[in-house]
Amino acid sequence: MRDTLRFVLGDELVEIASCDPTLTVLDWLRLDRRMTGSKEGCAEGDCGACTVVIGRLDHGALRYEAINACIRFLPTLDGCHLLTVEHLKGADGALHPVQQAMVDCHGSQCGFCTPGIVMSLFALWLNEDAPSVSRIEDALAGNLCRCTGYEPIVAAAQQMYRLGSRDGFATRRISIQAQLQALTDAETLSLGGPEGKFIAPASIETLADLVIAHPRATLVAGATDVGLWVTKGMRRLDPVIFLGRVQALRLTEDRGDHLRIGAMATHADVRPALAALSPQLDELMRRFGGEQVRNAGTIGGNIANGSPIGDLPPVLIALGAKLVLRRGNEERRISLESFFIDYRKQDRREGEFVDAVIVPKPEPDALLHVSKISKRFDEDISAVCGAFLLRLGEDGRIAEARVAYGGMAGIPKRAAVAEAALIGRMWDEAAVDAAIAALPADFTPLSDMRASAGYRLSVAGNLLRRFLIETTQPCVETRIAGLLAEASHG
Amino acid sequence: MADARKRLEPQSATGTVGSARIHDSAARHVAGEAVYIDDIAAPEGLLHACLGLSDIAHGRLVSLDLDAVRAAPGVVAVLTAADIPGANDISSTHRHDEPVFATQTILHHRQPLFAVVAMTREAARRAAALAKGVYDEAAPVIDVASARAAGGALVTDPLKLERGDVAAGLAASPRRLTGSMTIGGQEHFYLESQIALAIPGEEEDMHVFSSTQHPSEVQHMVAQVLGVGSHAVTVEVRRMGGGFGGKETQSNLFACVAALAARKLKRPVKLRPDRDDDMAITGKRHDFICDYEIGFDDEGRIHAVDAVYAARCGWNADLSGPVTDRALFHMDNCYFYPAVRGRSEPLLTNTVSNTAFRGFGGPQGMVGAERFIEEVAFATGLDPLEVRKRNLYGGNSAGEGIGRDLTPYHQTVEDNIAGEVIARLERSCDYRERQAAIREANAESPIVKRGIALTPVKFGISFTATWYNQAGALVHVYTDGTVMLNHGGTEMGQGLYVKVAQVVAQAFGIGLEQVKITATTTGKVPNTSATAASSGSDLNGMAALDACETIKARLVAFAAAKWNVLPADIAFLPGRVRVGAEEIGFRELVGAAYMGRVQLSATGFYATPKIHWDRKAGRGHPFYYFAYGAAAAEVAIDTLTGEYRVERVDILHDCGQSLNPAIDKGQIEGGFVQGMGWLTTEELVWDEKGRLRTHAPSTYKIPVASDRPRIFNVALLEDAPNREPTIHRSKAVGEPPLMLAISVLHALSDAVASVGGHKVCPRLDTPATPERVLAAVERVRAEAGL
Repeated sequence: MRDTLRFVLGDELVEIASCDPTLTVLDWLRLDRRMTGSKEGCAEGDCGACTVVIGRLDHGALRYEAINACIRFLPTLDGCHLLTVEHLKGADGALHPVQQAMVDCHGSQCGFCTPGIVMSLFALWLNEDAPSVSRIEDALAGNLCRCTGYEPIVAAAQQMYRLGSRDGFATRRISIQAQLQALTDAETLSLGGPEGKFIAPASIETLADLVIAHPRATLVAGATDVGLWVTKGMRRLDPVIFLGRVQALRLTEDRGDHLRIGAMATHADVRPALAALSPQLDELMRRFGGEQVRNAGTIGGNIANGSPIGDLPPVLIALGAKLVLRRGNEERRISLESFFIDYRKQDRREGEFVDAVIVPKPEPDALLHVSKISKRFDEDISAVCGAFLLRLGEDGRIAEARVAYGGMAGIPKRAAVAEAALIGRMWDEAAVDAAIAALPADFTPLSDMRASAGYRLSVAGNLLRRFLIETTQPCVETRIAGLLAEASHG
Repeated sequence: MADARKRLEPQSATGTVGSARIHDSAARHVAGEAVYIDDIAAPEGLLHACLGLSDIAHGRLVSLDLDAVRAAPGVVAVLTAADIPGANDISSTHRHDEPVFATQTILHHRQPLFAVVAMTREAARRAAALAKGVYDEAAPVIDVASARAAGGALVTDPLKLERGDVAAGLAASPRRLTGSMTIGGQEHFYLESQIALAIPGEEEDMHVFSSTQHPSEVQHMVAQVLGVGSHAVTVEVRRMGGGFGGKETQSNLFACVAALAARKLKRPVKLRPDRDDDMAITGKRHDFICDYEIGFDDEGRIHAVDAVYAARCGWNADLSGPVTDRALFHMDNCYFYPAVRGRSEPLLTNTVSNTAFRGFGGPQGMVGAERFIEEVAFATGLDPLEVRKRNLYGGNSAGEGIGRDLTPYHQTVEDNIAGEVIARLERSCDYRERQAAIREANAESPIVKRGIALTPVKFGISFTATWYNQAGALVHVYTDGTVMLNHGGTEMGQGLYVKVAQVVAQAFGIGLEQVKITATTTGKVPNTSATAASSGSDLNGMAALDACETIKARLVAFAAAKWNVLPADIAFLPGRVRVGAEEIGFRELVGAAYMGRVQLSATGFYATPKIHWDRKAGRGHPFYYFAYGAAAAEVAIDTLTGEYRVERVDILHDCGQSLNPAIDKGQIEGGFVQGMGWLTTEELVWDEKGRLRTHAPSTYKIPVASDRPRIFNVALLEDAPNREPTIHRSKAVGEPPLMLAISVLHALSDAVASVGGHKVCPRLDTPATPERVLAAVERVRAEAGL
């Protein structure tokens, strides 16, 4: 047991013996440390004004990524390297190439989003050389700017590489890695604060014991949703059990006919493995939140959270994914669709936690389709998310149909009536018409601020049309934006 | 004493007008070193306030139990209307319709009822949630339709603009049509939320740091609420993290509550609402319903327009009067209506009090105008751009009575360049070729359809509240030749400070680095106008120049006397001053002038000439000049989902002789994208209880990087000095480019129209969300019988 939080802030080893479990990184920086460069724009991980970069050891290797400081709890930084906009200038006071490029390209106007933009670009700078414009846009999807229209910021992201290729961080990488390795231990971090307790085990066995011992604990993974319970809901969470130090939970394994994705794998972590299954799945993962959310949010969290509009469950359901739940040493496997019982109600028993998701790879001749429809193309929550898997028999008739939607009901759900309407038919317009006619029997969607019920139902049907066209008329242009549009434009 | 004059090497002019200087704060922005109000080091004893808000949108507050709030940990005080020493009134129009705290009548959801002051912001927020209000709830009036149904109560006097006999004009028109358009509102989403920090001084003094576009009004409101003279209140703002009109009047509440608490507790108090509270409390861009009747002929010429612009104004007047007026002032855009009547309907609703937002009603007026054009185009089967051209304001009216150059408010358009701007852009962006190519490609593409549109902008520059068109500045020259500049304009990111500094540097022939730009404060320049109406550099640039000229005149008189030359033989050159046949450094001249006991400090003042406006008569010359521009947008839509993408935008915009082309380009690009957001993905949704459902960026979607046009060509109109003698013949640029985004709406409409063979008018309302686009696709397809 260790009762002191340890991480590196810039060059400084920080050790904190008392800390509330849900103190945000941003509040700590601004209020406790008086480092006011990082800004609060929304306190919900959407605007990116608070973006900082954290370095962490990922199976031994040092990895830097941009995250939202406003919804990240400080104790979750145990063993990490935290860099803020205040750390970028050189020792001589010279602006970092990222900063200089932003100045040269007139990339700031009011300047309030700028520190966050600089840090998102800094993470890009650290990790990638010569990114494409669309990759730059992805890296900035979690940063809102209301003044510039982004044009000069994207220009700066290209310009920064022309201003030098190395900085002080590159040369310090080895020493930082060693420093973080020295902070890595197998002890459970148990940190107390006036408002509650933060417990972060380092092994899955300890985690399993703790979840049983603290049945009322809040399990925290990336905190991209739980963070809002605190910043918006003003909830006190006590105790908090943080899953992020359990390396075993972060593994994504390719096991031949299926993927086994650890619950703590982030969206960024799993994207390559899912992308290998389908370019449409790649695109879905690209559009997941903003970069900061993709770096923090986890697959397990996205599922366990039970959101009716979580982006991954529909496609995982269509693929026939199974959930591995663990309680102590016992493992329970259920189909993902049966995990979702009702609005925000899941089949997770006391003492259980989500261990992993088993994702069967679609057979080579299976037809798979994934579409996410939202008001804004990037960094938005789906109005409707559709994921379909069809297997055609030798006679060309539909032998198996898995039609799943998000946004159409209180839970991500399969369209059983529509599926039945498809089975046995040739995969053609008549089949689509039959499935569309069946959808109202499957769903009575809600009208809300994202979309009306009517639109949801129309689009849910039209996605099946899109699926048909894409599988039978590949020359027809069906996608206007994102990776799939880029691919079809060549 | 030796003659200080000597031959100096000519220096290149630095920091002068017309050069693309970077924003004065850029290096601090990128380093996180630019100080916003929340970044100011906490004064000793700082407390934090949080507003307690109403749970209902309309009704009576029967009782408010604040015991639990008072008892909450960390709470120092709870303040209600009873604690206000002055007036419980922050109505900017002096209509007494905007209390700081509601006492009995609740007029909108999340209306402030009280404030709690605590040791920390978190403690204050937690405590505020513990209030128990008992309400007698009434049905809320939420939007234009329900306001009309409830009797159509207005927040302020409506306006009517009329020229010619519209009834006769309509009757005589070969063809007529009527229609209606819904035009959505918009949340400002300044990245820095509202904030104020009040520090009490001795006696009644109060120093307020306020993120505001209008420090003088904040000063007056704080004085009014505290019951003290304006001279006791100083309001200061170095920079805002964005304003866009949202901090013109909406900052008053936060400043007044912070000051009230600071006064009561004799301690500094900061009030920074959470983003969701900010969005739920503060006003937004007005949404409108525009009902119109148009008379026209088969050649696409408009004969008469009769339109009513009805706006959801919210629970008090605020700026709704001038906003709805400006909508009518722009119901013509660039087009001449031989007979016209425009009426405004500023409706009272139980929603946030809608307020200033970049364009100030003008964009909504103009969106209506472009709908009129589109209707005529589809009715006649003519190309919309052709219809636009045929209806442009004409040349002058010499000898022909009323010509084609008179606006609905009887101001003659004297500087019309819309036709020229359109023609240049049409050529430079290959509009016709691309339009043909798009039509051809659409025929081969069953799902994805493309559209293109070119729309012009003519935007009137000046506050229509004529008295606002004044500004003051204060310039100090120190004996080392450095200059301190202060003026009444505020910096919200638009680059006003650097532009005015360029004017001052040029006036003295010194480098920009020799000019120190200082925070706007009511203590230095009094009785200022809001930094709004795009007027910042027009007004403050002139006022600062006036101050410089005063000092220069003193220096000239001094030098003429000292070195016995004629004043006409003295000239300020880059880095030096020519005095007769010799030259002297600016610093040396200033030093000598100080020794000669010459005052080196001056105030400057400017009042815009030529303008007047008689609102009752609906006649006058409210605008000093017009700013023009045009944009061509190309989009792709997905006819299965309504999703779309802006593929290319070409802009030609008129900044007159730009003071700073880099800053101006930033305003054009940023304004365009903001306008595009307004017309596309930014949707405000209220539920039937009058609760705003889109109160955070998770649900309210402003453009992100990937939404900006794939190809984005922006050019400033060259060789186009302002015909009026504005500051260095430049033109205002803050608002006009926002309306260039109307081209995106019409490109979407063009793409939608393609599914009906361009025979059915899509009548795409705004915001044109994917849902609206899909609905339009389905309707057009159905009406076209396809």
